[in-house]
Parts: sequence; C-alpha cells; structure tokens
Amino acid sequence: MRVYLDNNATTIVDPNVFAEMEPYFVQSYGNPNSLHQFGSESHPALRKAMDQLYKGLNASDNDDIVVTSCATESNNWVLKSIYYDHILNGEKDHIITSEVEHPAIISTCKFLEKLGVNVTYLPVNEKGIIETSTLKDAITDKTALVSIMWANNETGMLFPMKEISQICRENGILFHSDAVQAVGKIPVDVQELDIDFLSFSAHKFHGPKGVGGLYIKNSQALSPFFHGGEHMGGRRSGTLNVPGIVGMGKAMELAVENLDFEKNNVRRLRDKLEDAILKIDDVFVVGTREERTPNTILVSVKGIEGEAMLWDLNKSGIAASTGSACASEDLESNPVMEAIGAEADLAHTALRLSLSRFTTEEEVDYAVLALRKAVIRLRSISSTFAHTPDWHESKL
Amino acid sequence: MAKDDLIGGSIWEEYSQKVQDLMNSPQNMGEITDEEAKAQGGKLIVADFGAESCGDAVRLYWVVDEETDIIKNAKFKSFGCGTAIASSDTMAELCLGKTVDQAVKITNIDVEFAMRDNPDIPAVPPQKMHCSVMAYDVIKAAAASYKGVDAESFEDEIIVCECARVSLGTIKEVIKINDLKSIEEITNYTKAGAFCKSCQNPGGHEEKEYYLVDILKDTRAEMEQEKMSALADAKIAGTESEMAFDDYTMVQKLKSVEAAIDKDIRPMLVMDGGNLEILDIKDTDDGMTDIYIRYLGACSGCASSSTGTLFAIESVLRETCSPKIRVLPI
Repeated sequence: MRVYLDNNATTIVDPNVFAEMEPYFVQSYGNPNSLHQFGSESHPALRKAMDQLYKGLNASDNDDIVVTSCATESNNWVLKSIYYDHILNGEKDHIITSEVEHPAIISTCKFLEKLGVNVTYLPVNEKGIIETSTLKDAITDKTALVSIMWANNETGMLFPMKEISQICRENGILFHSDAVQAVGKIPVDVQELDIDFLSFSAHKFHGPKGVGGLYIKNSQALSPFFHGGEHMGGRRSGTLNVPGIVGMGKAMELAVENLDFEKNNVRRLRDKLEDAILKIDDVFVVGTREERTPNTILVSVKGIEGEAMLWDLNKSGIAASTGSACASEDLESNPVMEAIGAEADLAHTALRLSLSRFTTEEEVDYAVLALRKAVIRLRSISSTFAHTPDWHESKL
Repeated sequence: MAKDDLIGGSIWEEYSQKVQDLMNSPQNMGEITDEEAKAQGGKLIVADFGAESCGDAVRLYWVVDEETDIIKNAKFKSFGCGTAIASSDTMAELCLGKTVDQAVKITNIDVEFAMRDNPDIPAVPPQKMHCSVMAYDVIKAAAASYKGVDAESFEDEIIVCECARVSLGTIKEVIKINDLKSIEEITNYTKAGAFCKSCQNPGGHEEKEYYLVDILKDTRAEMEQEKMSALADAKIAGTESEMAFDDYTMVQKLKSVEAAIDKDIRPMLVMDGGNLEILDIKDTDDGMTDIYIRYLGACSGCASSSTGTLFAIESVLRETCSPKIRVLPI
C-alpha cells in the first residue's frame, strides 16, 4: 500500500482539475494574446479562472491577483520590487520578516542585505511563532515592508495574522504574507485580513505545479519582476500559462468548497493519526491541534533520527517528511526545529505527517501500523533511547 | 554546476546497494553484556561517540582477548540516519579478528570503501561522509578504554581532513614540493577535502580548527618568504643573476620587465612618437606570465601595434626576461 502523507510538500492534482486543464494542451492551445480563433477561444476559461481566484481569496475587483509561476516567484517579486521602489531611492531602508520563513523569503532577504537593506528576522517562541511585541519593537520609521508567513510549512502553526495586519496598518507599513500553507487549508479572506500582498501556489491545494499567484491590494504600484509584453496587464510578462491558470482556478474553487471538509474530515483523520502517535512512549507533538492547519503533525520520536524514520516508512510505502538536518541535501538543520526543539531535539528527530482531503481512513490506519513498526525496529538499534529514563519527566 | 546538478536528486539514490541492505538489516547490531564477554573468553569494552543533539551517536561493544589483544566480537548500537547505521555495522564487522592496535588504524575511508558496490563509486554522497561515518573516533575511544589511556594519545599529529585522515604536515609538504596553488590540487594529491568538504572552507558541515584554504594561503606565504630570503642570500653571495625569472615574486617580475622595456623598447617606440604603459602582470595556470600593456601616443592607432610591434616587444622580453612571457595589448 502506498500512502502519501507529505501534502505540505506538494499534493495530488485533483482529477477534476486535470480534466478542466486538458483541452488547453491539445485543443485550444493558441496564445491568448493572438487575435485569431485559436487564441481567443481560451478567453472564457481564463476569465472563469480569474473569477474563481478572486472569489477564493475574497479579493475585490479593484485588487489584482497576478498569476506567476510559483510562490517563490511571488515572494521574490514583492521583496525585490519593494527594494527597487522604496529602498533604492533612500526613502526606506528596512524589511521585517521572521526567522522561520521559507527559503524563498529568507534567501531573498539575505540577498537584499548584501545590497544594503537592513533586515530584521523576528525570533519565534517555543511554539515556533512570532510574538507580536517583537514586531512592534522592530518597526522603525524606515521600515518598508513586513513579510510574515500565514502558516508554517513544518509545524502547521498559524501566525497571528490579524494582529500583525493591525500593527502594520497603525504604522503605515506594507504587509505581505507567504500564505502557501494556508490557502486551501483554512479560510483566507484578503479583505477581512486587510493585507497588501499575499503569495500562494496551486500545487499546494491540488492544482498543477508551475503556477502560483500574487494578490496585490488596490492594484497598488509594484515594479514588475518580469518585464516584457503586456501580459497580466503589464504586471507580469510572459505568455499566459493557460492550462495552469485554468487548473489553478478550478483547484481554488474546489479547495474553498472543501474548507469545511478540511476543518472537519481532514482534521478528524489528522487527530486520529495524532492520537495513535501519542500512544507511543516518548513522543512530542508541536503545538495544540487548534493552533495548527488541520492537516499537519510535527512529531519528535525520541531516539530515532528523522531520516532513518523516513527510510523505514518509505519501505512500508509511506511518504512523509522530516526537518532533520541529515535528510536535507546540505545537512543544514532547519531553524524552526532549532527554535522550538531544544528539549525535544526536533532538529534531529522531527517527523512531519501532512494529510489532504484525498487521505482515507484506511490509509491512516495503515500508516499507524507502519509507524509503530518503524519505531520498534529503529529504537532497537538506537544507542540513545534505552538509557534516557528521565525523558518522561522532561516531556513537554 | 552543470547538467547533473540541476535537478537535485534524493540523496538516497546515491547510497550503494550494500549501504541500503545494511540499513535494512544490520548484521552486527546489538549489545554485549559482561557475562557474555566472559563466556566468550574476553574483556568487555564499551565506547560511546557522538550525542543525540549532534544528530549522530554510536556505541561500540568489543570482546577483547586479553592475551592476544584480538577483538573476538564486536557489536554496535546507533542513533543516526540510515547511513550511520550501515557504517557503524560495517565498522563493527571490520574490527572482528583484528588486534586493538590494528583496529585503531581503521579509517572512515576504510569503512566507506567496504560499503562500495563498485570500487570506483562512493558508497554514500560526500555530505554524508563527515557525520554518518564515525568509525575512527569510536574505535579510538574503545582502544583507549581497553588500554587505559587517553584517547588523544593515539593522535600523534594534527588531522585536518577527518574523512581521509590527512595531517597538517602532509598537506603543507605536498603544497611545497608540488608547488600547489589551489584546494582542488591539494585534494587531488592527498584526498583531503574530497569527501565531506568541511575542511575546505569555513562554513561547511562541520566547524574545523584548520581549513585547507588557510593552510594553502599560509603555506604559500611561507614559500614566498623562503623565496625572498633565498633571493637575499643570493644577492649577498653575488649570484643574483642565477635566480630564474620564474622564481621572482610578482614585484620582482614587474621590475625586471619595466627595466627591459625602459632599456630596449621605449626608445624604439618614442622615435615614432609612441609609448606604452604596463597595466598588469599575471602568472597563468599554463605556466606563462602575461603582461598587459596599453599603447600610448602614435602607437595606439598604429596598425603594426598588434602585429609587428607587438612581436618585437614580446621577443625582447622573452630574450631578456623569460621565454614564458606573453604580451597582451588592451
């Protein structure tokens, strides 16, 4: 049996999404900017997809939702164009983000630092989220942008978006969020939140890879990242990815329709899996269930290194993920693990299980058995498990 | 970066079949009790290395025959990734039947080599070498415990590259003897830095006391110093002219070239209302010395400046300074 529990990495394309996309590969494959029939016949589907995206995020018609190639592009665009538009001219000099952002934010900020931008990386608490007081303290009159993720990819922990938005508004600072792990899992309403920029990616909510978006409030100015033709109203040049846009629109529609299903059914299966995991001795799960996206569990299994755990689970057909340094190509440990995992040693023992609306009860039951099997085998090999009797007392 | 690096692969694809098999079913995993050791006719030795907080920890059990020092049994337990399990297993296997003194000579490279399917293809990707292959340290700890000495006593020299166990002395020696100018060359000569690469530059997987980049810089500076004092000695001895151009420092080369240009070239150019200036002088990888010049005055527009004049300048410098000189007008 093959069970996919790595939905925070990417998701299966919903077959209904795929069906909507298919005609735009082999039948209506024209360039939508061409005047002829081949080009124009894709327009109704593109308009429908844009409607689905606007509705999904509750954007106003005065806002822009610009389709990009992925959330990494959206994040790069916001950060670098804020630099071009507000920092390079000396008006501002400062960007605030958190130390647990995705590399699409962190690496871009490091690059901007080399160009002379001051960047504050807000620390996180033991739950892996920022305290808003640290944000207040970091703001200066030269702060151009605050960029804080909506939900953390490793832990699923939700950040205090409403408070962050208010602080930004009170200080007249632009607010961006990398919301890839939130869109499709929890309600994301850009008007209710009052946010300037928001990045998302289709493949995280059962859409295709290679297509994402950037929400821009009130169509406000932001220099383009891709210069070229007049695609996307001149905001993002490059021939429109017609099947990708159609697929992302459909995926957004289905994801929003399924938000209650996420909240109830996905959550129930996640909780069932979590209950079973917590029956294993000496495990530690990050955050309460309410504080997280409904599909995510980050667990530390004492005495078992994360990559070894993935290896055993993979042998049983289970796809999971680890923030363990040993499993990454550069062997660098993940900052969110370091920040919250001092006692639980998450940097080496973290296991991330992330479900989706396609995860079945049967799969969860099977995963529980596979996990127990892996724990028994690997703890029998472990040199650090047997001789830590006081672990129970230090359990958080 | 090149074609093979663009799609980052799973590091699992780089594990040898032997590594994968040992990860799935290690052969020497387990513990040995005092009673078992006695029954097997030897002394029980237990040694630990690493810690969970470092990401890898291994415990080694030996049963050693106290008459012959031969390791009669070896088992391990390990907290670590799959390759740590496989390499600990291989390490225990390699200890079997050896004397303690022989076992201390087992290196991490020996362990890695034993796990290869094909002698030419590494058993684990390079970044896994430093953290998951920890044989040497735990064997050293076990041997120290057996002999009742300090583990450091096995270390008679400073080891720069833990993976290949290359000492500081060896690295400095090969740089000097072979006139090495890059880290790649050091790696080719000694294998230092070939595996986990931590010792190449600061900022690698592991923090080191010595880095190849600094050793190279310092050794080159030492060589330069030695050369200078040799030159000074030669001057005193009146044998300066015997110093080859190749052995000059950059400043000495520049001075020598300037002198030749002043004496034999400038007068020739000035007659036609031209001149030249030296912009830069560089030693190249192919053993040549490139001299970058800019023509001034009438020379700068002259058709012959890139043909006949250039040829004349080059031949004068090759004759008076070094046959390895190349003149490049900019």
